[in-house]
Amino acid sequence: MSLDKNKVKEIAFLARLSIQDSELEQSTQELNNILGLMDQLGEIDTGDAEPMAHPLEMSQRLREDQVTEDDLSEEFHEIAPKTGNNHFLVPTVIE
Amino acid sequence: MMHNLTIAEQIKGLKNRDFSSLELTQHYLNRIDNSNLNAFISVTSDQAINQAKMADSILAKGNAASLTGIPYAHKDIFCTKGIKTSAGSKMLDSFISPYDATLSDKLNSQNMVMLGKTNMDEFAMGSSNENSYYGPVKNPWDTKKVPGGSSGGSAAAVASRISPFATGTDTGGSIRQPASLCGITGLKPTYGRISRYGMIAYASSLDQAGPMTRTAEDSAIILNAMAGFDSKDSTSANISVPDYTQNLSKSLKGLKIGLPKEYFSEGLDKGVEKVVMNAINDYEAMGAKIIEVSLPNSIHAIPAYYIVAPCECSSNLSRFDGCRIQFMPFLLTILLPHVSALQIFQGSMASGMVTDVVTRKI
Repeated sequence: MSLDKNKVKEIAFLARLSIQDSELEQSTQELNNILGLMDQLGEIDTGDAEPMAHPLEMSQRLREDQVTEDDLSEEFHEIAPKTGNNHFLVPTVIE
Repeated sequence: MMHNLTIAEQIKGLKNRDFSSLELTQHYLNRIDNSNLNAFISVTSDQAINQAKMADSILAKGNAASLTGIPYAHKDIFCTKGIKTSAGSKMLDSFISPYDATLSDKLNSQNMVMLGKTNMDEFAMGSSNENSYYGPVKNPWDTKKVPGGSSGGSAAAVASRISPFATGTDTGGSIRQPASLCGITGLKPTYGRISRYGMIAYASSLDQAGPMTRTAEDSAIILNAMAGFDSKDSTSANISVPDYTQNLSKSLKGLKIGLPKEYFSEGLDKGVEKVVMNAINDYEAMGAKIIEVSLPNSIHAIPAYYIVAPCECSSNLSRFDGCRIQFMPFLLTILLPHVSALQIFQGSMASGMVTDVVTRKI
């Protein structure tokens, strides 16, 4: 699998990243290198391999539903560009 | 000279009152002042001096922890309350963390002295420290060469003895490789050993903090202070922490060391091979048994890494959207009601990140 420059531009748009035309060539090449590496994994026979979720055989820890964190909302709002009513304000996403 | 002492020796020096923490701290701050390696993003002199004075009063009372009064450099990926935490990115240039990472907390609770925050590749992506918004770090052994990365500032700081040790983080080699390039000791502990709470995430299933020191003994001492279960990190290992220093003086006689033959294949630099072989001969002379082993899946490691790391990175970095932390260009903030979400996201992401990060994020 490989991508052309237009596809990379499209993906960048969907990911909300802006890529300059001058960077497009290099980004496309780097992405295609990564895709090439991924293709190599397709060649491995994993028929006998047992699925592994965690190297230490740990499972997700659960805890009581209790408030443990200090409320730092004021501190976090102070460094945000725009807040109101204890929320981060963002521009309209859905028209 | 105090900077030639290991941490083990500095601990003794402080206990014996050969020098005070303030003298030690001032000595390192002077060395940082005269350093031109660009190893630090922020130097926190005033805070360091206060911490050193506090440490001295605790040492005088005789109820000090094992590392009280020892200075260190903190990689700028760990949140430090009231101090800029940039992760090497323009995106976080104005981010003053409102809270401490668990690791910062742990080192503070021993009354250690933080000298400053070290330079790094942006968001820990890179292996040369050339991808930092704050400029490249120089290798102290040859300033025309890179120190490695992403913990390049930490490695250069320890190698040039402007800090007794530094913290680092390692996802795909970011402690081990710069430690190697700067000739110091770096350790990536087992995943889950050190809390990741407050450590800015790159690829969460691989990220792990670790010590960067000048000797193995110092790494054991520092790992003792860093390791431990943390309920704030859901992947923290709830396993008791042994004393890593207890086996240091044991003989190597009978110890088996496996050499994965796949690591000695084509592409291995001749100079590197020679240094490694010298070390193997030294271990053999000390009584260790060298055995060739095979790790046949090694060849798949890099392709697997390039699926896991960029996927996790893409999720982790999407939180830097310019809405939660003041980053976006000032004009955009004023125009906020009039511009679309897309313009803000693209504006802040494009001007905040360098190419390598953008590529990995796609």
